[in-house]
Amino acid sequence: MTGDGASRMSTSIDETTVRHVAHLARLRLTDEQVKRFSGQLAAIIQYADQLNELDTSGVEPTAHPLPVHNVLRDDAPRPPLGAERVLANAPQQEGGCFVLPKVLDQESA
Amino acid sequence: MSRGLAESVAAVRRKAASARDLTDAALQGIRSADPRLKAFVDVWEEPARRRAAEIDERLARGDDCGPLAGAPIALKDNLCTRTGRTTCASKILANYRSPYDAHVVERLEAAGAVIVGKTNLDEFAMGSSTENSGHFPTRNPWDLSRVPGGTSGGSAAAVAARMVPAALGSDTGGSVRQPAAFCGICGLKPTYGRVSRYGLVAHGSSLDQIGPLATTAADAALLLGVIAGHDSRDSTSVDRPVPDYAGELARPLAPLRIGVAAEFFGEGLDPEIGAAVEAAIGRLVRLGATRVDVQLKYTRYCLPTYYLISSAEASSNLARFDGVHYGHRTAHPADYIDLYASSRAEGFGDEVKRRIMLGTFALSSGYYDAYYLRALKVRTLIRDELLAALRQCDLLISPTSPVPPFTLGERTEDPLAMYLADIYTLGASLAGLPAFSIPCGFTAAGLPIGMQLMAAHFEEGLLLRTAHHYQQASDWHARVPAP
Repeated sequence: MTGDGASRMSTSIDETTVRHVAHLARLRLTDEQVKRFSGQLAAIIQYADQLNELDTSGVEPTAHPLPVHNVLRDDAPRPPLGAERVLANAPQQEGGCFVLPKVLDQESA
Repeated sequence: MSRGLAESVAAVRRKAASARDLTDAALQGIRSADPRLKAFVDVWEEPARRRAAEIDERLARGDDCGPLAGAPIALKDNLCTRTGRTTCASKILANYRSPYDAHVVERLEAAGAVIVGKTNLDEFAMGSSTENSGHFPTRNPWDLSRVPGGTSGGSAAAVAARMVPAALGSDTGGSVRQPAAFCGICGLKPTYGRVSRYGLVAHGSSLDQIGPLATTAADAALLLGVIAGHDSRDSTSVDRPVPDYAGELARPLAPLRIGVAAEFFGEGLDPEIGAAVEAAIGRLVRLGATRVDVQLKYTRYCLPTYYLISSAEASSNLARFDGVHYGHRTAHPADYIDLYASSRAEGFGDEVKRRIMLGTFALSSGYYDAYYLRALKVRTLIRDELLAALRQCDLLISPTSPVPPFTLGERTEDPLAMYLADIYTLGASLAGLPAFSIPCGFTAAGLPIGMQLMAAHFEEGLLLRTAHHYQQASDWHARVPAP
């Protein structure tokens, strides 16, 4: 079986890639973790590269195993959980609101 | 606790035991066995006693309390409960108290069950050994130096040690079936959509299913009948009548065509496991089944396909843990990005981080087509091949795990070696098929061996009936680990 060309790439997961992905995933990693994960993820991705052996041209992707689409329910009002129960697990709350550090005046990364 | 689930319910019904008796016996069993096994992360002593007293009172008044009246049940700790905490064995949810009950918890309550506690798991149901728990590892009741499998290892160990007659777990890639096999009990992953996941903390949303763990097929049938059925709060829940699973058991076994694929008996399979599964197939043939050889050439692609898809879905699902609305928040965030990044870094364990990283990578710009989209296409090939095989036969039989339970620490350093423990269970997960692991032997060292029965969508009744007939003709399921 042959791969379908364009995506037959060999991907290296170096430490720069790991730092980039960690930023996308909002995970602060230590230098030791960056080093360890780059080795482990490279091994996993290399293993995953065997999917390139298969010809998938013309194959439809499957996102869900059963053909169930656009399930709608009646738009009927139901009792909500209520603010008190929703806020009960908040790390910090005040006056019925979730409290967060200041977010303005900061460069969005 | 030595009674099974159906026996427990029958004992209460004929007043040979009260709900209180069964609950006390379960709590006593937990007190004596759990210090060694560590199956439970929270035991609901008082809530369970109150609940049992309520059931007894209602029974005394002549109320029909439901098909599980008085039966003690344990829940994997990724099922949301208003009672106690719901931790997912993660530090990030160490103090989380769910504001609502999962759908299956409501169903159990309505059926008269008495929930006695929450069981251990690999953090967010990621792992194969229950060693990746933020609480502690759980031990295999057959050999304390070995793992119970995972991720529903706590539920499996609790049932195997007869602390409870049955428990619920969740299965994304084998997390009910593999621990059932490792612990010598029965574990069923229903068809995708058969059981509502409302209140199950999401891991891989196109894969996750909740399933029963019990000591017999008949008990699994009873529990599945209670939790299956439509729920509008899970849009993947299928609106389709629930068969009378217990009634299905009594129907004759034959005619039954058993499909066997050489790909499930190849390299990497422990020979003792292969021989036990072959012997079980022989037993079913003597009971009237016919054997059909089928080919499943995509089997070896299930593992990379599964890890790309489940990790991608997990990275998206776990984005909700950000230190804002609930869960752990870092003490002194430098800014709001650091609030997310440090809260998550402090709250998640290594395996969860690794999967979030793999999933984020597979979904990221430049790699999406090569990894995530390709995996979805291979998933189509895998599903179509399994469905084609299931037109040539009524069910497929394979080992559940290629290896017997391994020792603690044996695979924790090598993520790929850990993933390989799931190779036979992933196909049914990717295709959304129902699959059932039942005991079919022991290794020379006395470790349980499980076999997996897999059938077409919504054919749980056929799986349960076949297993039930097998269990009428064998006693592997009746063996109990030494206390």
